[in-house]
Amino acid sequence: MKITEFIKNNTVVLDGGMGTLLQSAGLSGGELPEMWNISHPEVIRNIHKDYLDAGCNVISTNTFGANIFKFTEVELERVISSAVDNARWAVEHSRGEQGKWIALDIGPSGKMLKPLGDLDFEDAVSVFAKVVKIGARLGVDLIFIETMADSYETKAALLAAKENSSLPVFVSNAYGSDGKLMTGASPAAMVALLEGMGADAIGINCSLGPRALYPVVDEYLKYSSIPVIFKPNAGLPRLINGKTVYDISADSFGVDVAEAVRRGVRAVGGCCGTTPEYISAVAGAVKNIIPVSLVNKKHSLVSSYSHAVEIGDKPVLIGERINPTGKPKFREAVKQGNVDHILREAISQEEHGAHILDVNLGVPGINEDEMLIRAVEAIQQVCDLPLQIDSADPVAMESALRRYNGKAMINSVNGKHESLEAVLPLAKKYGGVIVALTLDEQGIPATAEGRVEIAKRILSCAEKYGINKKDIIIDPLVMAVSADKNAATEVLRAVRIITHELGAHTSLGISNVSFGLPQRELINSTFFASALTLGLSAAIMNPYSDDMMRVYHSHLALSGMDEGFEKYISFATNISEDTMATADIVDLKTAIIKGLKDRSAELTRALLQSTQPMDIVNNEIIPALNTVGDGYENRKIYLPGLLMSAEAAGAAFDVIKSAMPEGESSGRCRIVMATVRGDIHDIGKNIVKMVLENYGFAVIDLGKDVSPEKIADEVVRVDADILGISALMTTTLPAMEETVNLVKRVAPKCKIMVGGAVLTEDYAKQIGADFYGKDAMDAVRFAQKVNNK
Amino acid sequence: MNDNLIYVKDFDAPIIDRSEVLRYAGVRESSPEAESLLDECIRRAGDVLTYNSCYRFFDIKINGDEIDLGFATVKSRSLSVMLGGCDRIVLFCATVGHKMDRLIAKYTAISPATAVMLQALGSERVEALCDRLCSEVEDIVRGEGCKCTARLSPGYGDLPLDLQRGVFSALDCTRRIGVVLGDSMFMTPSKSVTAIIGIKNVK
Repeated sequence: MKITEFIKNNTVVLDGGMGTLLQSAGLSGGELPEMWNISHPEVIRNIHKDYLDAGCNVISTNTFGANIFKFTEVELERVISSAVDNARWAVEHSRGEQGKWIALDIGPSGKMLKPLGDLDFEDAVSVFAKVVKIGARLGVDLIFIETMADSYETKAALLAAKENSSLPVFVSNAYGSDGKLMTGASPAAMVALLEGMGADAIGINCSLGPRALYPVVDEYLKYSSIPVIFKPNAGLPRLINGKTVYDISADSFGVDVAEAVRRGVRAVGGCCGTTPEYISAVAGAVKNIIPVSLVNKKHSLVSSYSHAVEIGDKPVLIGERINPTGKPKFREAVKQGNVDHILREAISQEEHGAHILDVNLGVPGINEDEMLIRAVEAIQQVCDLPLQIDSADPVAMESALRRYNGKAMINSVNGKHESLEAVLPLAKKYGGVIVALTLDEQGIPATAEGRVEIAKRILSCAEKYGINKKDIIIDPLVMAVSADKNAATEVLRAVRIITHELGAHTSLGISNVSFGLPQRELINSTFFASALTLGLSAAIMNPYSDDMMRVYHSHLALSGMDEGFEKYISFATNISEDTMATADIVDLKTAIIKGLKDRSAELTRALLQSTQPMDIVNNEIIPALNTVGDGYENRKIYLPGLLMSAEAAGAAFDVIKSAMPEGESSGRCRIVMATVRGDIHDIGKNIVKMVLENYGFAVIDLGKDVSPEKIADEVVRVDADILGISALMTTTLPAMEETVNLVKRVAPKCKIMVGGAVLTEDYAKQIGADFYGKDAMDAVRFAQKVNNK
Repeated sequence: MNDNLIYVKDFDAPIIDRSEVLRYAGVRESSPEAESLLDECIRRAGDVLTYNSCYRFFDIKINGDEIDLGFATVKSRSLSVMLGGCDRIVLFCATVGHKMDRLIAKYTAISPATAVMLQALGSERVEALCDRLCSEVEDIVRGEGCKCTARLSPGYGDLPLDLQRGVFSALDCTRRIGVVLGDSMFMTPSKSVTAIIGIKNVK
């Protein structure tokens, strides 16, 4: 019988700790436990056998750390095949008539994925894929991915397992005492991600004792429709009377784990500190408990690397601002590959109260595939909201879904055969909540009933792909009321029918309704209010619109969805809050010197009524920056002060730029900047970049950990006048030298400035750089010199 | 006492030394603007900071500048001077967590001034955490008639940065408290410290 069959009606007993037992058998600190599969097979075999004799169903091979970071390919093959042999020996020699399965154990790679660390997502997938392929070839019964402390790495491992075998996959994560993964994911976020990708059982192991993990277990049981795994530690190691003990005995461990089974857990075992004695206690304690039936939970979840957002509980706001339609500046930024603009939109929408962000980079003539990945990764570094990937290009959609850290929203599928065939398999593979548009080959039906018919067809087609109704959100398509006076009433009727008769969730792109009419906000917000009353689950909208936010917050308050009116009161208080505290500063120059961002923007707007944009730059902003720059060089102003002024100047520049005609450039030299390969410390580079920008230079930022080749390519591509590169660590200095050499060869005219904590003037000279900048002002002075030549 | 165990210990937030944060941020003379920026950073970082550590005791042997640390052998004048008269060490790793890195990344995108102050706050926080951990270890060994030396981290003095590899496998930092070592020896989360403290018998 397959384990996936067995677990449907039985509680599966897993094994217990391996590491502690190996240590007491003599494994030393520096030794790799996996080598013992080869050097001490009898020890490993007996540990497996003892677990099986204690009543366990599934033993995990001793391959926790077996990967190509620790072993050569040849060693890896040997380690895994010995591990599987040892497990197989134990199955053959153990007593007991229970069902027995061998799991290929996969632990974390030991590295952190980008952007936090230096391991690329696809590289992580290949590292795990190697292990999976070997294990699958050796005929293990299932794959057990365990003790994962990062959602992104968990996704990479699960993807590798699914792409390289057809074996059942169990996935278990290690939660901290705050009930979150080390990199921040909540239990609901992990359930969304892993169930969405098709894991066969998911759960919790390691870190704490059973009781301390009950809250996490309960969260899993609340959201998961698939079996839940529980494999806690024997508590924490403590020192009592000079002796080290884990603070939970085998018997109470059994009792505590059995309680989790009563709550609905389906697979139980132990982790650190547990021994065959503990597993015997567990097996005994759960034996007579009738397993709680598995039911399909109806929660529609999307998730990020930190949390899940539920659709259907309360209406959800999807921010629409990351979209080039009607935004020439945004389009220009996307064409330039500039993600900063996108990041600011992301953070700003989050601060305005959006729950999910739509990401649409559909600009003709760009490589959407590449740009979408860059944007998704960059947004996920600075903003923890789940994203709605919005692309008409299935290739770009797949790349973004693959790289996305969490379970994304997918915008969108429609009733056309071609669309269903392209999008549904992606949702099945990577997980996702799909926005389904009610249009097909015949176009958009005029009536609510016609749209509901298409919705039904999409739902039934999705079911054929194994996609649950809860993962489809129907968008019955808002049309302009100015073109058809019934447009609004029909779509509202459709919302009501889909919600109450089909029992599905709905989403609307609100602002389409007012197209062609004056005072669009008024129509939008009134329409939004009506849709909310009829049960609308999500709206794609502009979170900067006060009218829309007012409707939203008052709707929650009026419909009993705002406990104690907490959200409403905090929203209402913010509206009336006086922001005039800095109003006594009346000239722009002073506002910039004092580093007052909002005030600088305000004053610039006022000045623009009477003054030419370039005059403001030359008479106010540049003198202010010079004062601050001089103050910094004379040590009268310190780094945070310099930066605050630079930010204030940046805010003033933004206002001015929007007043200047398109395409007018300051004619200053072009600068490319990057932190070199191997280094992920980029704060210094970012400071220099910002200060340069606020002195009017155009800077192309390649980010951190950038290869010499990529830097050289970009320098050549944009014909850069200056390249600025930084490194913080001594270990990355060779990469800096390599970059300088390469750029000097391919672009001899480009001046290279270098900086960073470990650099000195001498070293800069030695590696052939043109200039060593000790700080941001130094870089500005150098750029000015190059510019004036 | 050398029980071969890795201890994991979480702490409450140590008191913030504001002048130390400002010093890390490069502010030599405080101003109302700097203070209010610091207030904002403390408010924003309050929820995201965690104070986790793991540590382990090792018996050591010193032979001139060559020291057998029990998990690795290293040649270092600085360390051998610091460990003079010690027969044990505590090796530890302490971190204020990944969320602080995310917060810094976020402000790097929207406000570098805030990012610089957050960097400074993170550095002060992890050093304060190390101080708390050291006084904890001091309390443990005092009962055995011992006292602690100062602490030294790989990469400081002539203690090679390469030692980090040995430190990470000896402390199992990644599993215990989520600190990961990168290829060029940087740690993630960035606000993390590994160090050695010597233990001297004074009975």
